Amino acid sequence: MTATATATAVPVRDREPAGLRVRRMSGQVGWGVLAWVVGIAFFLPVLWMVLTAFKPESAAQTWPPKFVFSPTLAQFRLVFSGWGPYVTHSLIATTVSTVLVLLLGVPAAYALSVHPVPHWRDGLFFFISTKMLPIVAAIGPLYVIALKTHLLDSIWVLIILYTAMNLPLAIWLIRSFMLEVPKEMLEAAELDGAGRIREIGEVILPVISPGLVSTALICVIFAWNELFLALNLTVTNAATMPMFLISSVPQEGLYLAHLSAAATVASVPVILVGWIAQRSLVRGLSMGAIK
Amino acid sequence: MANVKFVSASRVYAKGAPPAVDALDLDVKDGEFMVLVGPSGSGKTTALRMLAGLEPLDGGRVEIGEKDVTFVPPKDRDIAMVFQNYALYPSKTVAENMGFALKMQGVHKDERARRVREAARLLDLDDKLLERKPKALSGGQRQRVAMGRAIVREPQVFLMDEPLSNLDAKLRVQTRSQIAELQRRLGITTVYVTHDQVEAMTMGNRVAVLAGGHLQQCDTPRQLYDNPVNQFVAGFIGSPAMNLQTVPLTEGGARLAGTTLPLPTAVRTAASQAGLREIVLGIRPEHLHLANGSGPVAGDVMLVEELGADALLHVRLAEDHNLVVARTEGRKPPAPGQQVTFNVQPDDVFAFHPETGARLVG
Repeated sequence: MTATATATAVPVRDREPAGLRVRRMSGQVGWGVLAWVVGIAFFLPVLWMVLTAFKPESAAQTWPPKFVFSPTLAQFRLVFSGWGPYVTHSLIATTVSTVLVLLLGVPAAYALSVHPVPHWRDGLFFFISTKMLPIVAAIGPLYVIALKTHLLDSIWVLIILYTAMNLPLAIWLIRSFMLEVPKEMLEAAELDGAGRIREIGEVILPVISPGLVSTALICVIFAWNELFLALNLTVTNAATMPMFLISSVPQEGLYLAHLSAAATVASVPVILVGWIAQRSLVRGLSMGAIK
Repeated sequence: MANVKFVSASRVYAKGAPPAVDALDLDVKDGEFMVLVGPSGSGKTTALRMLAGLEPLDGGRVEIGEKDVTFVPPKDRDIAMVFQNYALYPSKTVAENMGFALKMQGVHKDERARRVREAARLLDLDDKLLERKPKALSGGQRQRVAMGRAIVREPQVFLMDEPLSNLDAKLRVQTRSQIAELQRRLGITTVYVTHDQVEAMTMGNRVAVLAGGHLQQCDTPRQLYDNPVNQFVAGFIGSPAMNLQTVPLTEGGARLAGTTLPLPTAVRTAASQAGLREIVLGIRPEHLHLANGSGPVAGDVMLVEELGADALLHVRLAEDHNLVVARTEGRKPPAPGQQVTFNVQPDDVFAFHPETGARLVG
């Protein structure tokens, strides 16, 4: 119907008064420029890091920074020769803790949303309150506990702490996704004779799976990037990628290009995971909006 | 097959609030199609959910097949429910949706597939559709899948909660007759909730009219229309609604539009026994018969709604200046602004108590 209408009628745009049009266009251009400026300002340090990673150490130190140089992979070769144990520890700590978070978070979220337990509000508040205290405040006791339980410098201490660290946020997220599941669908499952486990596994989880993916992704990012706990509770046996960055700083001499290469390598996995999961992520984080 | 019984069943949502369902007594016979109808907030959906086991009772009991099921969990009540928004599982195919309850009962895969196909055939659902997800279906198809999910279970009772309200008008009328026909064929006791009195009248063997959590009347559609027990039922059943006006009583009748409408002796006696000076007069639109200037009830036509076969006249009555609606044949209705008069048969007039709303009969 629009096809026939536009064929004969003068398009609305052509009939717009000139003054109005200039105002409208200049407004759009203004916002566009602002968006680009803000975007570049955020991206600039990342760009600077990636560029520096390809420079020889001598060229990395110059100020103002050179944008024309002969790129080299020397720094990356150096990084890849030493990153093995670090990346393995990071992968184990991140994956295992994220799986644990989902395994514990789903039933917890269920008990706080679909069939709320008594005092569910208090439970919910308790979970989030654990994130209010600065982690520095707890590091002393944590260190002592880890020491006494012989978990110091073991991958298990990171797995346990990363699980505990991400669980509250995951419960809040998964709970909000579960609240979006239509009540009638759960009642239909109840009438169909599905018990709790089947209700969760066959009815709820398939519906909230985009939300679960985005929750998992957030947990992966937080665990992968975590430095403070790793730095204080591990030395070599469980040292993670962020610690690798720190260890890339030598006691003396030039190190900026080497550090940039290590940082670039450390950033790639999370960016990759985020890029792969982006469709799910957007769908998950805007679940209520899509019926 | 089973009958269903509500025995002074009550549900109170919040302390101090009036009950959503107040001491409901209702008998649904084996194989009967019972429609619960009422405005929103009348308690009809709550009553259905009480029967389903999705809503606990605060008083009384619910029986299915002579067995008290008040404390029986929903899955053990041998019922199937069709929800207003269908509540299909989006991640499962149509066949999986329909067979889910059987799977939960541990029915073998082959038997499940057989029963799903059978139900699909009953509902004219194409075999190709069985492998699709609900997302890929039209509204009408989804509605039929929701029906199929209930049929596959071969339950003792069907519960339906406004299953047609998400369909467009034409499809609704079509599906309405299909559901009624299917129910007669299967002979399964059905409790059907709707706010649409046309649906109620056309589908139900009997109709229970609810308002404010109370059962007003439960009877066949014909009886509800011809013999409403109170003003609420009279006004709710019938479209367009009955004309209801409070009018003063006079010697021998009631005064309407400057004339005296004779009332049956029984009604007059009932009114005088109750010591009433005025009554609520009810006249159905089709009982206002156009008379070419010679009828006792006069008025001016304000608006004419032409429906094709007939026309609805909105008339402002002389003297009272109240609006009434009259149904006339549709070919040559009077024009707006024209003066008209009506004849009314005394037997067609309903009279109600102005305070209690109860029908005045001798």
